Amino acid sequence: MTKADVVNNVFEKVGLPRNEAQELVEIVFESIKHTLMAGESIKISGFGTFSVRKKNARIGRNPKTKQEVEITPRRVVTFKASDQLKEGVK
Amino acid sequence: MTKSVMIEKITEKVEGLTRKQVETIVNTIFDSMKDALARGEKIEIRGFGNFRLKERAAKTARNPRTGEKVQVPSKRVLHFRVGKPFHNALNGIAE
Repeated sequence: MTKADVVNNVFEKVGLPRNEAQELVEIVFESIKHTLMAGESIKISGFGTFSVRKKNARIGRNPKTKQEVEITPRRVVTFKASDQLKEGVK
Repeated sequence: MTKSVMIEKITEKVEGLTRKQVETIVNTIFDSMKDALARGEKIEIRGFGNFRLKERAAKTARNPRTGEKVQVPSKRVLHFRVGKPFHNALNGIAE
Protein backbone atom coordinates (compact mmCIF):
# COMPACT_ATOMS: atom_id res chain seq x y z
CA MET A 1 0.00 0.00 0.00
CA THR A 2 1.27 3.46 -0.89
CA LYS A 3 0.11 6.98 -0.08
CA ALA A 4 -1.93 6.97 -3.31
CA ASP A 5 -3.90 3.94 -2.04
CA VAL A 6 -4.58 5.71 1.25
CA VAL A 7 -5.86 8.72 -0.72
CA ASN A 8 -8.03 6.42 -2.80
CA ASN A 9 -9.56 4.92 0.33
CA VAL A 10 -10.46 8.36 1.65
CA PHE A 11 -11.91 9.25 -1.75
CA GLU A 12 -14.04 6.08 -1.91
CA LYS A 13 -15.11 5.73 1.70
CA VAL A 14 -15.59 9.37 2.66
CA GLY A 15 -16.64 10.67 -0.75
CA LEU A 16 -14.23 13.58 -0.62
CA PRO A 17 -13.05 14.81 -4.05
CA ARG A 18 -9.77 13.17 -4.97
CA ASN A 19 -7.67 16.35 -4.80
CA GLU A 20 -9.06 17.20 -1.36
CA ALA A 21 -8.49 13.64 -0.15
CA GLN A 22 -4.90 13.97 -1.36
CA GLU A 23 -4.52 17.26 0.49
CA LEU A 24 -5.93 15.88 3.74
CA VAL A 25 -3.68 12.82 3.68
CA GLU A 26 -0.65 15.09 3.20
CA ILE A 27 -1.79 17.31 6.07
CA VAL A 28 -2.17 14.33 8.41
CA PHE A 29 1.35 13.03 7.77
CA GLU A 30 2.79 16.53 7.85
CA SER A 31 1.24 17.22 11.23
CA ILE A 32 2.66 13.98 12.62
CA LYS A 33 6.05 15.05 11.26
CA HIS A 34 5.82 18.52 12.75
CA THR A 35 4.87 17.16 16.13
CA LEU A 36 7.84 14.81 16.10
CA MET A 37 10.17 17.55 14.86
CA ALA A 38 9.15 19.55 17.93
CA GLY A 39 10.25 16.58 20.03
CA GLU A 40 6.75 15.66 21.05
CA SER A 41 5.29 12.18 20.68
CA ILE A 42 1.96 11.49 19.03
CA LYS A 43 -0.53 8.85 19.98
CA ILE A 44 -3.04 7.60 17.43
CA SER A 45 -5.47 5.54 19.46
CA GLY A 46 -6.16 2.14 17.92
CA PHE A 47 -3.03 2.43 15.77
CA GLY A 48 0.06 3.27 17.75
CA THR A 49 2.42 5.87 19.14
CA PHE A 50 5.20 7.67 17.30
CA SER A 51 7.93 9.18 19.42
CA VAL A 52 11.36 10.72 19.06
CA ARG A 53 14.34 9.47 21.02
CA LYS A 54 17.71 11.07 21.40
CA LYS A 55 20.69 8.83 20.79
CA ASN A 56 24.09 9.74 22.19
CA ALA A 57 27.26 9.61 20.17
CA ARG A 58 28.94 6.21 20.17
CA ILE A 59 31.79 4.46 18.50
CA GLY A 60 30.84 2.24 15.62
CA ARG A 61 33.04 0.01 13.55
CA ASN A 62 33.00 -0.63 9.87
CA PRO A 63 32.68 -4.42 9.95
CA LYS A 64 34.62 -4.80 6.71
CA THR A 65 37.59 -2.56 7.41
CA LYS A 66 37.38 -2.71 11.23
CA GLN A 67 37.91 1.01 11.18
CA GLU A 68 36.36 2.88 14.08
CA VAL A 69 34.08 5.80 13.35
CA GLU A 70 32.06 8.01 15.60
CA ILE A 71 28.32 7.65 15.13
CA THR A 72 27.08 11.17 15.67
CA PRO A 73 24.37 11.94 18.22
CA ARG A 74 21.00 11.81 16.50
CA ARG A 75 17.26 11.82 16.91
CA VAL A 76 15.40 8.71 15.83
CA VAL A 77 11.69 8.04 15.39
CA THR A 78 10.25 4.97 17.07
CA PHE A 79 6.83 3.51 16.49
CA LYS A 80 5.07 1.34 19.00
CA ALA A 81 2.03 -0.43 17.60
CA SER A 82 -1.09 -0.43 19.76
CA ASP A 83 -2.26 -3.77 21.15
CA GLN A 84 -5.17 -3.61 18.73
CA LEU A 85 -2.87 -3.24 15.73
CA LYS A 86 -0.53 -5.98 16.96
CA GLU A 87 -3.50 -8.27 17.39
CA GLY A 88 -4.75 -7.56 13.87
CA VAL A 89 -1.35 -8.22 12.34
CA LYS A 90 -0.22 -11.45 14.00
CA MET B 1 -0.29 14.99 21.10
CA THR B 2 -3.17 12.66 20.47
CA LYS B 3 -5.35 11.89 17.50
CA SER B 4 -8.19 14.05 18.83
CA VAL B 5 -5.89 17.06 19.26
CA MET B 6 -4.61 16.53 15.74
CA ILE B 7 -8.20 16.46 14.47
CA GLU B 8 -8.88 19.77 16.24
CA LYS B 9 -5.83 21.39 14.69
CA ILE B 10 -6.61 20.19 11.19
CA THR B 11 -10.22 21.39 11.52
CA GLU B 12 -8.94 24.88 12.37
CA LYS B 13 -6.48 24.86 9.50
CA VAL B 14 -8.65 23.50 6.69
CA GLU B 15 -11.58 25.49 5.41
CA GLY B 16 -14.97 24.00 4.68
CA LEU B 17 -14.78 20.81 6.75
CA THR B 18 -16.46 20.15 10.06
CA ARG B 19 -14.70 18.51 12.99
CA LYS B 20 -16.81 15.43 12.40
CA GLN B 21 -15.75 15.22 8.76
CA VAL B 22 -12.08 15.62 9.63
CA GLU B 23 -12.47 12.92 12.27
CA THR B 24 -13.98 10.53 9.70
CA ILE B 25 -11.15 11.25 7.26
CA VAL B 26 -8.40 10.75 9.85
CA ASN B 27 -9.99 7.53 11.06
CA THR B 28 -10.35 6.28 7.49
CA ILE B 29 -6.65 6.90 6.89
CA PHE B 30 -5.50 4.87 9.89
CA ASP B 31 -8.17 2.19 9.47
CA SER B 32 -7.15 1.62 5.86
CA MET B 33 -3.51 1.30 6.94
CA LYS B 34 -4.49 -1.11 9.68
CA ASP B 35 -6.50 -3.20 7.20
CA ALA B 36 -3.58 -3.34 4.76
CA LEU B 37 -1.23 -4.54 7.50
CA ALA B 38 -3.78 -7.12 8.64
CA ARG B 39 -3.81 -8.45 5.06
CA GLY B 40 -0.05 -8.80 5.29
CA GLU B 41 0.78 -5.86 3.03
CA LYS B 42 3.56 -3.39 3.62
CA ILE B 43 2.91 0.34 3.57
CA GLU B 44 5.12 2.96 1.96
CA ILE B 45 4.41 6.58 2.75
CA ARG B 46 6.89 8.68 0.75
CA GLY B 47 8.66 11.25 2.83
CA PHE B 48 7.41 9.70 6.05
CA GLY B 49 8.38 6.07 6.38
CA ASN B 50 7.55 2.43 5.76
CA PHE B 51 5.68 -0.16 7.79
CA ARG B 52 6.77 -3.72 7.21
CA LEU B 53 5.82 -7.05 8.67
CA LYS B 54 8.49 -9.47 9.70
CA GLU B 55 7.89 -13.16 10.09
CA ARG B 56 8.97 -14.69 13.38
CA ALA B 57 9.46 -18.46 13.16
CA ALA B 58 7.87 -20.81 15.67
CA LYS B 59 10.22 -21.71 18.49
CA THR B 60 10.41 -23.67 21.69
CA ALA B 61 10.73 -21.38 24.65
CA ARG B 62 10.88 -22.07 28.33
CA ASN B 63 8.75 -20.76 31.09
CA PRO B 64 11.46 -19.10 33.18
CA ARG B 65 9.68 -19.85 36.42
CA THR B 66 8.88 -23.53 35.98
CA GLY B 67 11.50 -24.46 33.39
CA GLU B 68 8.69 -26.01 31.40
CA LYS B 69 9.04 -26.07 27.62
CA VAL B 70 6.36 -24.24 25.65
CA GLN B 71 5.80 -24.05 21.90
CA VAL B 72 5.62 -20.47 20.63
CA PRO B 73 3.80 -20.40 17.27
CA SER B 74 5.14 -18.36 14.34
CA LYS B 75 3.86 -14.82 14.23
CA ARG B 76 4.22 -11.54 12.38
CA VAL B 77 5.59 -8.44 14.02
CA LEU B 78 5.35 -4.90 12.74
CA HIS B 79 8.34 -2.67 12.05
CA PHE B 80 8.37 1.01 11.22
CA ARG B 81 11.31 2.56 9.44
CA VAL B 82 11.50 6.31 9.14
CA GLY B 83 12.01 7.73 5.64
CA LYS B 84 15.39 9.23 4.85
CA PRO B 85 14.26 12.81 4.08
CA PHE B 86 12.35 12.90 7.35
CA HIS B 87 15.27 11.43 9.30
CA ASN B 88 17.57 14.03 7.78
CA ALA B 89 15.17 16.86 8.58
CA LEU B 90 14.96 15.67 12.19
CA ASN B 91 18.72 15.83 12.44
CA GLY B 92 19.23 19.10 10.59
CA ILE B 93 20.96 17.43 7.67
CA ALA B 94 20.50 19.20 4.36
CA GLU B 95 19.42 16.95 1.51
